[in-house]
Amino acid sequence: MKPIQLHDFNGGIHPNENKIQSTTLEILDATIPEKLILPIAQHIGAPSKPIVSPGDTVLKGQLIAQGEDFVSCNLHAPTSGVIGEITHKQVPHQSTMSALCIEIITDGKDKWIEHQALENYLQADPSKLIEKIQEAGITGLGGAGFPTHVKASIPASKIDTLIINAAECEPYITADDLLMCEHANEIIQGIEILCRILRPKQCIIGIENNKPNAIEQLQNAIAVLPNNMHHIQVAAIPTKYPSGGEKQLIQILTGHEVPNGGLPADIGIVLQNVGTAYAIYQAIAKGEPLISRITTVTGDACEQPRNFRVLLGTQVKDLLAQANTNLKKASRLIMGGPMMGITLPHADVPVVKTTNCIIAASKHELPNPAMEQACIRCGMCTQACPAQLLPQQLYWFAKSSNLDQAKAHNIGDCIECGACSYVCPSNIPLVQYYRFAKGEIKQANADKMKSDGAKKRFDTRTARLDREVAEKEAKRKARAEAAAKKQADKKAELAKNPAPVDATPHPDIEALQKKLDATKAAIEKSKIKLAEAQAANSDKVEILSGALEKAQAKMKDIALSIAQAKKAAKSPASTSTDKDDTKSDLIEVIEGLKQKVLAAKTRMEKAQERLDMAKEQNLDTVDALQLGVNKQKEKLDAAQKNLEEAAQ
Amino acid sequence: MNLLNISSPHTSRSGNTGNVMRRVILATIPGIFALTYFFGPGHLIQIAIAASACVGCEALILRMRNKPILFNLLDYSALLTAILLALSLPPYAPFWVTIVASAFSIIVAKHLYGGLGQNPFNPAMVGFALVLVSFPVAMTTSWSAPAELLENGISFSQALELIFTSREHIDAITMATPLDVYKHQVGIETASEILTNPIFTDTNSPATAIGWIWVNLAFLLGGIIMLSRGIFTWHIPVSLLATLSLLSLFIGWDSDQYVPLSLHILSGATMLGAFFIATDPVTASTTPLGKIIYGAGIGSLIYVIRTWGSYPDAVAFAVLLMNFAAPFIDQYTQPRTYGHAKAVRGLAKKD
Repeated sequence: MKPIQLHDFNGGIHPNENKIQSTTLEILDATIPEKLILPIAQHIGAPSKPIVSPGDTVLKGQLIAQGEDFVSCNLHAPTSGVIGEITHKQVPHQSTMSALCIEIITDGKDKWIEHQALENYLQADPSKLIEKIQEAGITGLGGAGFPTHVKASIPASKIDTLIINAAECEPYITADDLLMCEHANEIIQGIEILCRILRPKQCIIGIENNKPNAIEQLQNAIAVLPNNMHHIQVAAIPTKYPSGGEKQLIQILTGHEVPNGGLPADIGIVLQNVGTAYAIYQAIAKGEPLISRITTVTGDACEQPRNFRVLLGTQVKDLLAQANTNLKKASRLIMGGPMMGITLPHADVPVVKTTNCIIAASKHELPNPAMEQACIRCGMCTQACPAQLLPQQLYWFAKSSNLDQAKAHNIGDCIECGACSYVCPSNIPLVQYYRFAKGEIKQANADKMKSDGAKKRFDTRTARLDREVAEKEAKRKARAEAAAKKQADKKAELAKNPAPVDATPHPDIEALQKKLDATKAAIEKSKIKLAEAQAANSDKVEILSGALEKAQAKMKDIALSIAQAKKAAKSPASTSTDKDDTKSDLIEVIEGLKQKVLAAKTRMEKAQERLDMAKEQNLDTVDALQLGVNKQKEKLDAAQKNLEEAAQ
Repeated sequence: MNLLNISSPHTSRSGNTGNVMRRVILATIPGIFALTYFFGPGHLIQIAIAASACVGCEALILRMRNKPILFNLLDYSALLTAILLALSLPPYAPFWVTIVASAFSIIVAKHLYGGLGQNPFNPAMVGFALVLVSFPVAMTTSWSAPAELLENGISFSQALELIFTSREHIDAITMATPLDVYKHQVGIETASEILTNPIFTDTNSPATAIGWIWVNLAFLLGGIIMLSRGIFTWHIPVSLLATLSLLSLFIGWDSDQYVPLSLHILSGATMLGAFFIATDPVTASTTPLGKIIYGAGIGSLIYVIRTWGSYPDAVAFAVLLMNFAAPFIDQYTQPRTYGHAKAVRGLAKKD
């Protein structure tokens, strides 16, 4: 097989490894503590849902919390016992937050639930294997804790390379190292299972060359495979932090970069941690769910640093006691490594699926941060950054809350590996500055989404109100048109049959006049409303002024109808002048009309007065208003003329 | 047990800004030694004057700004500025020139801009440029002849007298610098005639100047030590020297008309500038490509000013001019971030 062509990644650092302390002794089974505390969210994704109640008796390996979603994970009882309280307890998290935990009071019998291994698993159906992995509640054991069955469900056609991350680049941690030394065959079997599922063209185990024993064991285990049909090979990579970072390991082994915003699967790669491969073997070949893991317990405060096979949920203090830790000597308790681990608030928090190391560090070992000095832009951080960022620029932007520039300088690509802080001669806590800026950006984005949503809601509401007004108006217009048509039909009928005309003009014109009055009153009302709105500077002004204009248009229509009605009243008069009785009737009609027109005129003048008043109050819409009133006046004048003509 | 909640990373490489500055100061020792050996004790006295003035001003300003004095003095930045300034000044410049330059460096060029890390211009070069344009006589007539050309050398008491009290006998020991001599003679003499001047070594080819060649080699040695210790990267000095050499080879290949390459590289302040001045991280470009452009800019400006300008040497002006450009260069030479198709250019647009 061709040896793997190794590539380098930008930057990186060489901190003191401090691994030797915990590799002198083999892995020891930690004792079963009196109680276990199992957080229901030990993985990325939806928290699992407890399916047991306080007082229930559980057996080792029994499901106690069910994954709620596809991206979620099952949780099993690590040993037999009785369920204690199910309450919020402090969990290992940088924020020292609490989360729902299931407590198990152990009975010391360690009695297994009935479980079954999968026969001939290397010939099994991939979907069956994935199902088994999901049932066993396996997550990535490297650090992030992503549910393994989700990664395993990536279509095999997309996958070209399976990378097993055995770099273990963080100082102090030796859990994977010892696991590989002692369980190389099982790990290789686990990898074979993964290969069976994902069908990659090649499978590379990336391991830092500071673990010669583990490399040898893995190579021996591969050599005894009947046929290495999946081309599994070991690549010893140079020791340089953070070579175990997902993106960095991919770059080292393939030379490719995971595209910005993408996943390794986008370039045909899937990564799994070596511990995960072991857990997969345990789940498939033995039928044992993920209930324990290997954890390194180390640090100057430990008299006997070593690796433990520890039940999930074991409290850190129980584990530290087994490594003869002098807690008085410890100034800091760290879960994970010294570069990316989290500080524990106290030793009562439990070991979870991602706990690869506990460091009980003395003050001398990990001293408190030195006082921050001025940045002299020496650029050592730029040389150390594995993401090829400009850390000192990001620092300036973060310090001044210049989030736009920080984003433009790709602060989102920072993996918070801490290499820049490590090399900084001015002891600037750079990563903390970036976390601050990232948090601010996240907050700003959330706020923006919120305000965008509010704006959208407002716009939608305004549009709906406008639409309602328009619909109302259209209906009214339709009604008015129908009425006008009816009127016109009547007029036409009257023209055809002048005989019955004598009685009709009265009610028509009267009705129209009534309408005109009502409209005018409406206009007055809306004028007042408009003035109020303008005084209050409300956004209703436009709607109101639109409505006012429409009302004025309507008034025009009605006045027109009156004029037509008057003409109609006039024409039958002209056609029947020779008849004396009708003539006298007609004179009465004309007299009535005259009075009404005069009354309308006075009303019009009053309206004019009010318009003038409105003019004083506001300026914008008055012009249009006046124009309407003037026209109205003209029409009335014209109507009066018609009336006079009719009288003659 | 009281556990601190400190977020990661929990460990860091030991050291602080003072360590970096101290290493740079130590790296100047070969150069100081060579200068003293060849040109008498003038530079040692100048270093003492500049150091007192710079550290004094720094302490004063720190006090006025209500900053911890000892904590900030121990970053050695003021001391480094003082040493670089003193090494740039003529060895027998009157003491007040040095004090003016030092005070201006620290008070105006450094602290008025915000102190360490905030100054856009190299403080030592600002101080140097100020006195160069303000006191041209004192600055051009105070370069000493190499001690071996003087009958009795230069004694310590003589040096003190020249700097602090009487400048009556200054002419007895001073001499124009090789760059100055060559530049002014090349218009009227051929290269071989110029090289008969006692300041140049006997061997005509390549042309080198007595003392100056060793001073430059000593600074080069100090620079290489710093480079190997990772105090700065190779980009700026290499691109500066390469640009200067290329321009000298292509434009000034005829030593009868132009100052030859050997004098450009191994006399004047070239090596001091390339390894100690141009690499000042605060005022230089910080991206890998930016550093190359920055160094090349300084190299070209040195050549242009030395050849066609009115000053024989040009490191200070070249560095200051490129200091202007450094922030801009940085914006347009950002490295391509991991996983991105191409590098970002310029700053983010304002909405």
